[in-house]
Amino acid sequence: MADLINLTIDGKPVQAAPGTLVINAAKQVGIEIPSFCYYDGLTLQAACRMCLVEVEKTPKLQVGCTLPVAEGMVVHTDSPLVHQSRKGMVEFLLTNHPLDCPVCDKGGECELQDMTFRYGMGESRFLEQKMHVDEQQWSPVVFYDKPRCILCYRCVRICDEGMGVNALGVVNRGAVSEIAPNHFDHLECDECGMCIDICPVGALTSGAYRYKTRPWEMKHVGTICTHCADGCKTTLGVRNNEIIRGNNRDRSGINGEFLCVKGRYAFDFVHSAERLQAPLLRKNGKLEPVSWAEALATVAKKFQQAQASGGKFAVIGSNHTSNEENYYLQSFAREVLGTNNIDHHRTGDVPALLDALSGKTDALATSADLYERKAILVIASDLAQQHPFLSFQIRANYRHHGAHIYTVTPGPVREQKYAVRSIMTIPGRELADVELLREQLKAEPELVIVFGDAIKGDAVHKLVAFGASLGIPVRYVCLVDYSNSRGASDMGLAPNHGPGYQAVAEPGLAYDEILAATDLDVLWVVGANPLKHLDLASSRAFVVVNDMFLTETAQRADVVFPAASAYEKSGTVTNVCGEVQRLKAGLQVMGAKPDLEIIGLIAKEMGQDIGIWSPDKVLEEIRTNVRGYNIPLPVIATGGAAQTTPVNGHVPLSARPELIQSARDSLFTSGSLGRYSKMLNSVLEGPGGLYSEERP
Amino acid sequence: MLYNEPSPLEVKVVTKRFGMPNSHSLDAYLATDGFKAFFKAMQMTPEQIVEEVKISALRGRGGAGFPAGMKWSFVPRTSPKPKYVIINADESEPGTCKDRLLMENDPHQLIEGILIAGRAVDAHKGYIYIRGEYRYLIEHMDRAIAEAYGRGYLGKNIQGTGFDFDLYTHSGAGAYECGEETALLDSIEGKRGIPRMKPPFPAVVGAWQSPTLLNNVETLSAVPAIIRDGGAAFAALGTPKNGGTRMICLSGHINKPGVYELPVGFNLLRMIHEVGGGMRNGKKLKAVVPGGSSCPILKAEECDIPMDFDTLAKIKSMLGSGGTVILDEDTCMVRFALRIMKFYAHESCGWCIPCREGTTWLKRMLERFHSGMGQKSDIPMIGELSKNMLGRTFCALGDAAAMPTISIVEKFPEDFEAHLNGQPCPYAHAAEPVFA
Amino acid sequence: MTFSPELEARFAKLLESYPPGRTRSAVVPMLLYAQDEVGHISNELIEEVARLCKVTPLQVDEVVGYYSMLHRKPLGKYHVQVCTNISCLLRGGEELYEHASKQLGIANKQVTADGQFSLEEVECIGACSWAPAVQINYDFHHLVTPEKLDALVAELRKAQ
Repeated sequence: MADLINLTIDGKPVQAAPGTLVINAAKQVGIEIPSFCYYDGLTLQAACRMCLVEVEKTPKLQVGCTLPVAEGMVVHTDSPLVHQSRKGMVEFLLTNHPLDCPVCDKGGECELQDMTFRYGMGESRFLEQKMHVDEQQWSPVVFYDKPRCILCYRCVRICDEGMGVNALGVVNRGAVSEIAPNHFDHLECDECGMCIDICPVGALTSGAYRYKTRPWEMKHVGTICTHCADGCKTTLGVRNNEIIRGNNRDRSGINGEFLCVKGRYAFDFVHSAERLQAPLLRKNGKLEPVSWAEALATVAKKFQQAQASGGKFAVIGSNHTSNEENYYLQSFAREVLGTNNIDHHRTGDVPALLDALSGKTDALATSADLYERKAILVIASDLAQQHPFLSFQIRANYRHHGAHIYTVTPGPVREQKYAVRSIMTIPGRELADVELLREQLKAEPELVIVFGDAIKGDAVHKLVAFGASLGIPVRYVCLVDYSNSRGASDMGLAPNHGPGYQAVAEPGLAYDEILAATDLDVLWVVGANPLKHLDLASSRAFVVVNDMFLTETAQRADVVFPAASAYEKSGTVTNVCGEVQRLKAGLQVMGAKPDLEIIGLIAKEMGQDIGIWSPDKVLEEIRTNVRGYNIPLPVIATGGAAQTTPVNGHVPLSARPELIQSARDSLFTSGSLGRYSKMLNSVLEGPGGLYSEERP
Repeated sequence: MLYNEPSPLEVKVVTKRFGMPNSHSLDAYLATDGFKAFFKAMQMTPEQIVEEVKISALRGRGGAGFPAGMKWSFVPRTSPKPKYVIINADESEPGTCKDRLLMENDPHQLIEGILIAGRAVDAHKGYIYIRGEYRYLIEHMDRAIAEAYGRGYLGKNIQGTGFDFDLYTHSGAGAYECGEETALLDSIEGKRGIPRMKPPFPAVVGAWQSPTLLNNVETLSAVPAIIRDGGAAFAALGTPKNGGTRMICLSGHINKPGVYELPVGFNLLRMIHEVGGGMRNGKKLKAVVPGGSSCPILKAEECDIPMDFDTLAKIKSMLGSGGTVILDEDTCMVRFALRIMKFYAHESCGWCIPCREGTTWLKRMLERFHSGMGQKSDIPMIGELSKNMLGRTFCALGDAAAMPTISIVEKFPEDFEAHLNGQPCPYAHAAEPVFA
Repeated sequence: MTFSPELEARFAKLLESYPPGRTRSAVVPMLLYAQDEVGHISNELIEEVARLCKVTPLQVDEVVGYYSMLHRKPLGKYHVQVCTNISCLLRGGEELYEHASKQLGIANKQVTADGQFSLEEVECIGACSWAPAVQINYDFHHLVTPEKLDALVAELRKAQ
């Protein structure tokens, strides 16, 4: 490490690494230098002039956010001159500001309010008329109120630098300068809302949130987004059992402040009018609401009858339910129903990767690795569409560390913009084209390989062999689609393995075989919608469904249990990188119950004991029984992520890679859930991704 | 060709061809020592050229007055990157109209200066950034450039010297801020003309991320004479550290406004009375803007001074860009301050808060004040708000707006007092316009 | 969008004049030259310039609003620009502007009903020693008096 530089800030001695900016050096010793335009991780602007400080032996006030520390520098951040300067800046800022704080969404969490409180004048000296410009709506979620805008350019930078979208710019000049969208009067973009959250004032407001509440009326619940597999932490703003907004302004969790359109806005399915709020029982061919007692009794009885008559059971689990629920469900299937006919919609070949990595350590990449490792290879995935957070990490890595990015995709993807080399491949040729990168990759100090569902089965082994032959440390991410796809696999929602990839003696029926079996007596579907694309061959099957909505599958059911969403339950989920994080219930929806409870109630009704249905209790079992899941509880209890390695050894499974198929969601779809999010459907203008397709 | 009747007091170096028939043609240029300096420079090492410019004590003629030789020496000529010479012809400082005349009357002198600069910093491409308002000069310079290419004074292997140089014009489109050299760089890269953070300085990281020499038209137009006759001869024309001559654009309330080339250090009062033909209509001198609207204003009694960088700095003003504006006793200083602030509010790029909001606030306040709606507390506040901009803005535009304003309020408080209590402006300007 | 062959040729030359890969540099002059031919800057023109210079339309839009000589709305056939900055102010520039406004019957940045004239109060145009000065389109007129301006306007009216 280079020698530290010694300086003095407000009389305190400070040691800082060369190149440290004064604003950050001050932070080290607990001195806050105010700023609007300075923002960690984004380019420097020196525009707001709030951070001006006195530096001895320099005639003018200096810019704290661009001035690097120097040996012997003496800085004053608290002098009368500095205070006078800040007062002047706030006064300038407020000249044309409407001061409509009482009705502004940002009121109470506005940085301009805070600055005015701390540094502002007691009275206004501005006697001229304020300039007014009407508010503009740029998209269903983005509104812009020019008079409130202080032109700190955070929104422009987060969109360009952070998102790689570049949908915002600055038009006009001088006092009439304003932020503008990329299509003259409207936005065509990721609709991620990053610009809104990063806005220090109420200039950019959210169509989902505006004028609904005061921030202090909400409780703020940090949980994990239930859409894609990236596992972003989202902080739900909940008032009276209603989610009013999602954001992550405290920058906790693996994603920092990042959220995509789904994490930020697509919580509204929770409040859909189509939510099921009572169990349904088929009576005279029609599903009718019944009491929980009646529904549970019916199911328990049916299960027991089928068991007694040696009937054929099958269970299809979910990509969205918690690890605890998945673990509990497979226990129920295997121990109570005595069947290995259990599966879920598999979207990535995790078992093959774990098998191929047998004996290797440190070979599974974390989401942080995508930001920190020197080189990243993306194979057959449009990350910006399907894994927006991983895409964000890679972009930030490129910007902050100059990471070398390689892509092998059959069409243009956003990562290409930053790539040192991009290869246009054709489906099926991915591995052959990866081979073309061999010499370049060998020269890298380390590598993370991220691959989509085109690489499965044998191809995964070949890819890992290729990685091993490079002679450098290589880590892998096997992409999967949904919030707990990885956990479903790890917890053994599979016909051929139990939790932790322990092979079962007699493999049961797989997903497609379950649906194709003509002699199935009971099918229990928990949080999945297999009948959207496939038919159920067994006409005699008694079908039980746990779901939030009356999906295609639920419509075929004999009993439907109204299930709680991820935002209404506790538990843990495992993201695409194998990182376990905690769900925290933010609200209750009347009538619905978490799947864990539903499973437990059925077991109880059947007089079976598979342990109590408390998430913490089940997690304890998982920690004891599932390899790699012995995660430190304090880490996840405090909102952190704990990476797991569920197996390190040969996974002796007879695999059927053809079952593995991505659902090909885009940034604006989310399987069955997406259908019930008004917000997602309102912004469907975005460009489709390379791999996304509208399913019939 | 635009030029005015010369004054016998002028020392003509860069303007010596003004008024000659076809002064803009290559033939006329070649017939009057044209390109002699270029051939001489080709015999010199780049270091020798830079040294000669240093000896000349030539300082930037755009306004900041940075020593030209020093600027040239900052360009890392051994850098493997391509280097560029960019000519700042974005002449926009109110009161200044000299670069326009240089390009119109003697384009080849500028071209020769550019070639010598290119040789000195190992650049082989140059761009003349011409303000949009001088649109006609784009065609004019393009013709001169084409003529030079046609006769082998631009392009590959110029005149058999083995030196290559390509020169292009680039048009601005109306933005004072682009005269600031780093804003000009953003502008030439096709962006909004927002100044850049320094360091790095343009000499190291300039246009297109490459080392770039940026000089004003007049600065480069002086180079052929410096190389031809030696830096010492040029320096001797001015005062120590302030070499050579300067084109002074005299305007305002004098009898013979015009652009005159005078030795640096020429006395300001003599400029008004002997060069400019004295005050118009025999009126009394009230104030002088010494070098463009950004400079703190001088009261009449401060004007018996040599016009050089150091003297003006000593009395807390600036030599600036050579736009010397003469104000007579009938001038309303509130109106004058308002017009200056209106300009800066119009031209503020909007990047930083104090300049964007400060200039606009001051403009509107001065408008109200001038219309008779002022109140006594406004007077100190005009100065105070200006001081809240001064030294605190991203670039010098905020200072440029603040400095003249502060000086006007401080030096002419009586003009402000006279506008109070709903009084109509005591000056006759509104009632009786006096045209040229 | 199509332009005259002369303008197309000019664009081609312009794009070549910058270092390789730096076509964005052509944005400002291209907009100005295009405006000279088509009169004002439409969304369509912005998109075309973006295409030619290989940038996004937003990047062009940002530039258009920044430069005061680039106009989003059509100007008159003759754009009368009266300088009122300090040197011209001292020589009657403001009065000249007010006179022009009265004579043409339009205010700042407005266009006459027949589309022939538009008026703009402009900042220093670099004619300080010949003040007050007026620019009509790109032509300079020095030492202008109200009478001289009237005569100029009358002449242009006749020339139609």
